Amino acid sequence: MARVQVIAAYPVTPQSPIVEKLARHVAEGSLPAKYMRVESEHSALSCVIGAQLTGVRTGTATSSVGLALMHEVLGVASGCRVPIVMAVVNRALVSPWSLWCDHQDTMAERDSGWLQFYAENAQEVLDLLLMAYRIAEHERVLTPAMVCLDGFFVSHSLQSVTMPDQETVDGFLPAYRAANLYLDPDDPMFINGLVPPEDFTEMRYQQLVGFESALRVIPQVQEEFFSKFGRRYEMVEAYRCEDADVVLVTIGSMSGTAKHVVNKQRDQGIPVGVVKLTTFRPFPVEALRKALGGARVVGVLDRSAGLGAPSAPVCLEVVAAVRDEGVRVIGYVGGLGGRDITETTVESIFRELLEIKDGRRSKPVKPWIDVRADAMTIRPWGGKAS
Amino acid sequence: MREVEAVLISHGISTCAGCALELAARHVMDVLGPNTVIVIPPGCAALLSGFGSETALRIPGIQGNLENSAAYAAGIRAGFEMQNRESVTVLALAGDGGTVDIGLQALSGVFERGDRILYVCYDNEAYMNTGIQGSGSTPVGATTTTTPGGKDRPRKDMLAIAAAHKIPYLASASVGYVRDLRKKIEKAEATSGPSYIHIHAPCPTGWGYESAKTIEVAKAAVQTGAWPLYEVEKGRTRITVKVGELRPVAEYLRLQGRFSGLGDADIEAIQAQVTEDLESLLEKCQEEECETRSVRAATTGDRDIGELP
Repeated sequence: MARVQVIAAYPVTPQSPIVEKLARHVAEGSLPAKYMRVESEHSALSCVIGAQLTGVRTGTATSSVGLALMHEVLGVASGCRVPIVMAVVNRALVSPWSLWCDHQDTMAERDSGWLQFYAENAQEVLDLLLMAYRIAEHERVLTPAMVCLDGFFVSHSLQSVTMPDQETVDGFLPAYRAANLYLDPDDPMFINGLVPPEDFTEMRYQQLVGFESALRVIPQVQEEFFSKFGRRYEMVEAYRCEDADVVLVTIGSMSGTAKHVVNKQRDQGIPVGVVKLTTFRPFPVEALRKALGGARVVGVLDRSAGLGAPSAPVCLEVVAAVRDEGVRVIGYVGGLGGRDITETTVESIFRELLEIKDGRRSKPVKPWIDVRADAMTIRPWGGKAS
Repeated sequence: MREVEAVLISHGISTCAGCALELAARHVMDVLGPNTVIVIPPGCAALLSGFGSETALRIPGIQGNLENSAAYAAGIRAGFEMQNRESVTVLALAGDGGTVDIGLQALSGVFERGDRILYVCYDNEAYMNTGIQGSGSTPVGATTTTTPGGKDRPRKDMLAIAAAHKIPYLASASVGYVRDLRKKIEKAEATSGPSYIHIHAPCPTGWGYESAKTIEVAKAAVQTGAWPLYEVEKGRTRITVKVGELRPVAEYLRLQGRFSGLGDADIEAIQAQVTEDLESLLEKCQEEECETRSVRAATTGDRDIGELP
């Protein structure tokens, strides 16, 4: 679809079906690209940076510990302004081992200088990927992008997806051209040298400006995507937030469940709403404030622990965004390591938020909404299995 | 006014006086020419990358991370390949730490996949840029800031590791034998697959000798058998510089401060190891020579079909 010409990837659960499929497309000739079967995620990202600097669009995908291994190289892609687009299948980070979904892997990279988009379902994965190329490669942005999809909940669920035709995609996404930095013996330049303290701040500042530009570019690209493909996206999606007494902020696949619960509650006349973050980096402060509307009590459900912080990562951002708005923000953590975020979980959050809003409750019973009562007695302090 | 020659590495870069890396790099670039892209990790060679808005290089390049020079180079090669720009040479120039230690995995990946890059390791036998810390390529007995009592283990045989991947061309080289070095770079560049050149690069700062003596030290390593010059081409091992009668290895060791703590027994042990390693290398050359002859006899009969593929 995006006409990537070099793919370098290392298999990791639950990303592996993505790269297996790409390898097959390359082998069968339906994707005219080179597939590099690299020996680590660190090398995967290094390879695609090198390839893209010669002037071709590239692709890679990873998950969890694979993304953690890429950490050092993520900064090279973003600092050198190489607009790589990478699919990240969200999976918990070790320890203990888990194969299943939570967001700690990508949240740990939220300051790596990459754009981050989070998909609710398979259709959004495709659409966000196509838009991510346009946004990342925009001359005022030039910043790599992660498109994050929940492990198994999205990556391994059978969903029907409307596939655009190649011609429409080509019309939306022009051929790649290395715009700023490139490796070409006909026009030599040296990339990524050492800079003194006199210059470092300014180089970082350029990246900041890229993120600020992205806040303006993303809505433009989403508008164009709508006109070409008929599906509308926003950085922040407000779902039935009109006159909502309380609103829950969600990210990723949990949003579908939350919307379903909102529908049920609204049927019973309970005015609740959901605000789904599709864009996490840059964090869309203004769009979020607008989406929250008049709700004065806002819950945030994080799918990562945020250990040691005043609250988990998404909640921290929401608190910062509405700090002057007179909004009470209640942070919840749930769905770690593949635990399902059920209707019951979401319902109990809404119930608490409404109680807080009505003054019947001052704070949540337990911010870790789905933690079991025996938490401290199973394998105490990370110890051995009994 | 004196005309400054148009070279690919500018004059007056900030390497130490007597730096063998700088000499090696100038010859490597001179052989490869301007249609080359270079990958340099942080380390002494990063002095070629430059500082701020300046670079010492007239060819395009990227300073990568310490452990992934081979991976960047492989990606660059793939990018050019997809644009039908096969004529560009992709060179990685990394030190021993970035090659035999932290960079070994990425390099092994390149070797195994057969990515057509030229990987040159300049081996100054320690982490010199960070202040002479011991590496996997530091020879036994050498003092560094992290082996203050002398290293107690032998170095990794990186050439043997490379050879075990069955890549089409690899060679040892030395700044003391520039003609041999240049010829090997030419061969490596023409190789259709990964090629690996490991250059012995004496370091006056880290090894403890006067900066005027780099070539003398480099030659002594070869002439004592401590650093034999050979190549492995399509599996065939060949000594490229035959030194005749070997000088005692003590003559090489005593030129350098880093070995000053060695006693006679230590030097004897090193001599024994050098002799053993060299003999096994020579055996390998002879065995392969014999094998080639017997294969030829078995396959050619009376016909002369020239060199075997």
